[in-house]
Amino acid sequence: MGVIPLIKAEPGIVARREQIVAALRRIVNPEAVIADEVGRRAFETDALTAYRRLPLAVVLPGTTEEVSEVLSFCQRNGIKVVARGAGTSLCGGALPAEDAVVLGLSRMNKVLEVDTDNRFARVEAGITNLAISEAVARHGFFYAPDPSSQLACTLGGNIAMNSGGAHCLKYGVTTNNVLGLTMVLMNGEVVELGGPFVEQPGYDLLGLVVGSEGQLGVVTEATVRILKKAEAARPMLIGFDQSADAGACVAGIIGAGVIPVAIEFMDKPAIHVCDDFAHAGYPRDVEAMLIVEVEGSDEENEASLERIAAIARAHGARHVKVAESAEESAAIWKGRKSAFGAMGHISDYLCMDGTIPLGALPEVLTRIGEICARYGFRVANIFHAGDGNLHPLILYDANNPEELEKAEACGAEILKLCVEVGGCLTGEHGVGIEKRELMPYQFDDIDLVQQMRLKEVFDPDWLLNPGKVFPLRLRNAA
Amino acid sequence: MPEIARPVDVDELARIIATAAAEGRALEIMGAGSKRAVGRPIAADAIVSTQNLRGVTLYEPAELVISAYAGTPLQTIETELAKHNQRLAFEPIDLGPMLGGEAGVATIGGVFATNLSGARRILSGGARDHILGVRAINGRGEAFKSGGRVMKNVTGYDLSRGLVGSWGTLAVLTEITMKAMPNAEEVRTLVIAGLPDEIAIELMCAAMGTPYEVSGTVHLQKELAERLENERLRGAASAITALRIENLSPSVAYRIAQLKRRFSAYGETAELDHHESIAFWRELQRLSFLTPSRDPVWRISTRPTTANRVVQAIAGYMECRAAYDWSGGLIWLEVPHSADAGAAEIRRVIATLGGHATLIRARPEVRASVEVFQPLEAGPWRLTAGLKAAFDPANVLNPGRMYAEL
Ligand SMILES: Cc1cc2nc3c(=O)[nH]c(=O)nc-3n(C[C@H](O)[C@H](O)[C@H](O)COP(=O)(O)OP(=O)(O)OC[C@H]3O[C@@H](n4cnc5c(N)ncnc54)[C@H](O)[C@@H]3O)c2cc1C
Repeated sequence: MGVIPLIKAEPGIVARREQIVAALRRIVNPEAVIADEVGRRAFETDALTAYRRLPLAVVLPGTTEEVSEVLSFCQRNGIKVVARGAGTSLCGGALPAEDAVVLGLSRMNKVLEVDTDNRFARVEAGITNLAISEAVARHGFFYAPDPSSQLACTLGGNIAMNSGGAHCLKYGVTTNNVLGLTMVLMNGEVVELGGPFVEQPGYDLLGLVVGSEGQLGVVTEATVRILKKAEAARPMLIGFDQSADAGACVAGIIGAGVIPVAIEFMDKPAIHVCDDFAHAGYPRDVEAMLIVEVEGSDEENEASLERIAAIARAHGARHVKVAESAEESAAIWKGRKSAFGAMGHISDYLCMDGTIPLGALPEVLTRIGEICARYGFRVANIFHAGDGNLHPLILYDANNPEELEKAEACGAEILKLCVEVGGCLTGEHGVGIEKRELMPYQFDDIDLVQQMRLKEVFDPDWLLNPGKVFPLRLRNAA
Repeated sequence: MPEIARPVDVDELARIIATAAAEGRALEIMGAGSKRAVGRPIAADAIVSTQNLRGVTLYEPAELVISAYAGTPLQTIETELAKHNQRLAFEPIDLGPMLGGEAGVATIGGVFATNLSGARRILSGGARDHILGVRAINGRGEAFKSGGRVMKNVTGYDLSRGLVGSWGTLAVLTEITMKAMPNAEEVRTLVIAGLPDEIAIELMCAAMGTPYEVSGTVHLQKELAERLENERLRGAASAITALRIENLSPSVAYRIAQLKRRFSAYGETAELDHHESIAFWRELQRLSFLTPSRDPVWRISTRPTTANRVVQAIAGYMECRAAYDWSGGLIWLEVPHSADAGAAEIRRVIATLGGHATLIRARPEVRASVEVFQPLEAGPWRLTAGLKAAFDPANVLNPGRMYAEL
């Protein structure tokens, strides 16, 4: 078992399980309430699988009204609630508790409105990220944030985590692409924020809710910005003998005023694992590799890639290869986007998610290597180089109970290193339970207390997704 | 006007606020004061300016990040960025001249506190999209920070973004870290003269629906176009519609050609070259088309495709002149003087057609008597009041500036 402490369930609530389930079945369609143990097991963890808790009950509502009824019932009865999308959170953000009701949004997955003239789509929050793009694809549009988990993860989860993706360098992360939402507060009140407008009136409540890890309200609908697809996209691979050169090359590309749609970095172990898995055509004899993608017409892309290639050579690139066909492009991205899955085939791993200033990359990679060597772990590094978001994957053996604890300690050292060089604990996966106790390395108590005061505006009783984000000791300081 | 305190460091500023909170005194917070005439007039016991908290504290061109104390003039930051051929990632607008003041005096703190973002917002986002981190002092006099200096950061709640656009009513920003962008290699603008509003909006929406990354779409009615500084455009003596393309030179040439081809049915196009384009969009940033008049001005957000109907409906009640930005999603509307600057009718029209309106320019007595900022629905209002109390429980900072009760 891992070392992260979880809050204890309230025996009084757990003892009333039967009555609570019966009451929930009166509020919503009885079939939408899952009470049997096998059914609940499916919700006991998220993608941070080392932590599991069987929830009190699971409700799969079909409408905003049902969400409101369930929340107001839970608030009146002092029952905790954990909203859940697809359960792909890597930080334990969706981890339930024995005394908490899981509110799963997966049935609320409809597209409500597509307006290409005004460039927005209104959807229910349980829709998967990819399904939004699919729904607008026939008009030649897409929804820009593209987490690698986009086939499974929901927009509600993306909003809670302010998720990013490989193409966020150009298009921004979730918060830059959400225009409005319908949200239910813990007391059952339904609130509309923003709408199909570029700008919302008053305080940026929308900006505060995005990234609040499901602690301020349950999002049931959202209006998102959709964009016209580029005429074409084309990636290239650039290989280097040293990761420092790759880092300098990224700085060179950006410094030259070329902003590609994506710049992804992999070190040698990551290159090999992904290439073995996806036959992506990656250079296997280099220490570091960049995937750089540009968008535009074919001629535009040709011209942009030529410039980038010249910059790459000037930075000592040993291998420069432009994708020559749609298949080659797809293979390159398949390798990158399946990185986590591919790694999962060869070993258990912990995925870290710090962000660092680009200039610190060589130093950070060296020191990560040293830290992992000290713990006796192998590590592979994947890096959204354009925006400094680093994913070291620490490979360990989950069957050996001591190893998880060691891997967590190793990961914590890596994240502290990210903060020490001027970065942060998490660039896109969120704090959840995983990084909760590390928050003091990045923030002073007053910084966190000010955030907790915000939580209390929305949920004064701390019933919504408690025990996440903030160090447990601070709970009563706000 | 009470005396203006200009603390020279963050500790002094924190002390001033803590003392005011303890004594129950209200403070008006400002940078250079270029936007003092926006919002409800404040009855403050003292004025505090951030102007002596100045200086760029970090600039990493290769990482596209720059930090500065809140009182740093925007111009200083732009000059610093220009040395590396960069600019801010968004396009701030300068309200100074249209409010009867000077251009170019705004501080970076004021820019973020008001989140007033210009034409590029439609493609690349506004100030709120490009904030990376802040240091600030809340209404209790506590210094806190949020975010950081890296591009991607979801560590804790996004308080930085929540402070953008809060008009100094939640906390006083003391240091801001924001995103920079390289200057485009080339900028060119297509201009079509004489289009009626409705057709112009159709054209601008169609342009945004192309893959050419149009980074500015503006339509000025004739009366406003005739106030432009650009002589060629002023000389057209008609409405003008402008589309901006910014990119690598070969792409600009290709995309301008594509746009011309696609939209040839809309009429004769003129082209502004790189330098002329830069000057033209600069003048739009200064809202030159609103400067010569002192009539009340509203800033209205709506769906682009309803913008023309909004203006038509308001025109049924009062004489008005409109400029459309963000392909119609933003309307600058100049209306005649009246006791409420047309608030009742304008808000009624918007309630029917969708959107929200802020009164940007009006006499103090008008701003004291109408809702300058869009009144909120019950839900957002309760959260707004809660937020104010969470940051500034004693109501020390700019009380009443956004809403009479807060
Ligand atoms: C293989 C893999 C690859 C990944 N790649 C990326 C990546 O590239 N970029 C990235 O940013 N992340 C990535 N992730 C992390 C994860 O996919 C994201 O955090 C995602 O947004 C979670 O969505 P979900 O629907 O699975 O949410 P869940 O895991 O179910 O929940 C996550 C959080 O959101 C809250 N929540 C869910 N729905 C709602 C709602 N409707 N209202 C309020 N709160 C809600 C939950 O309470 C919880 O706190 C990856 C994960 C995996 C497993």
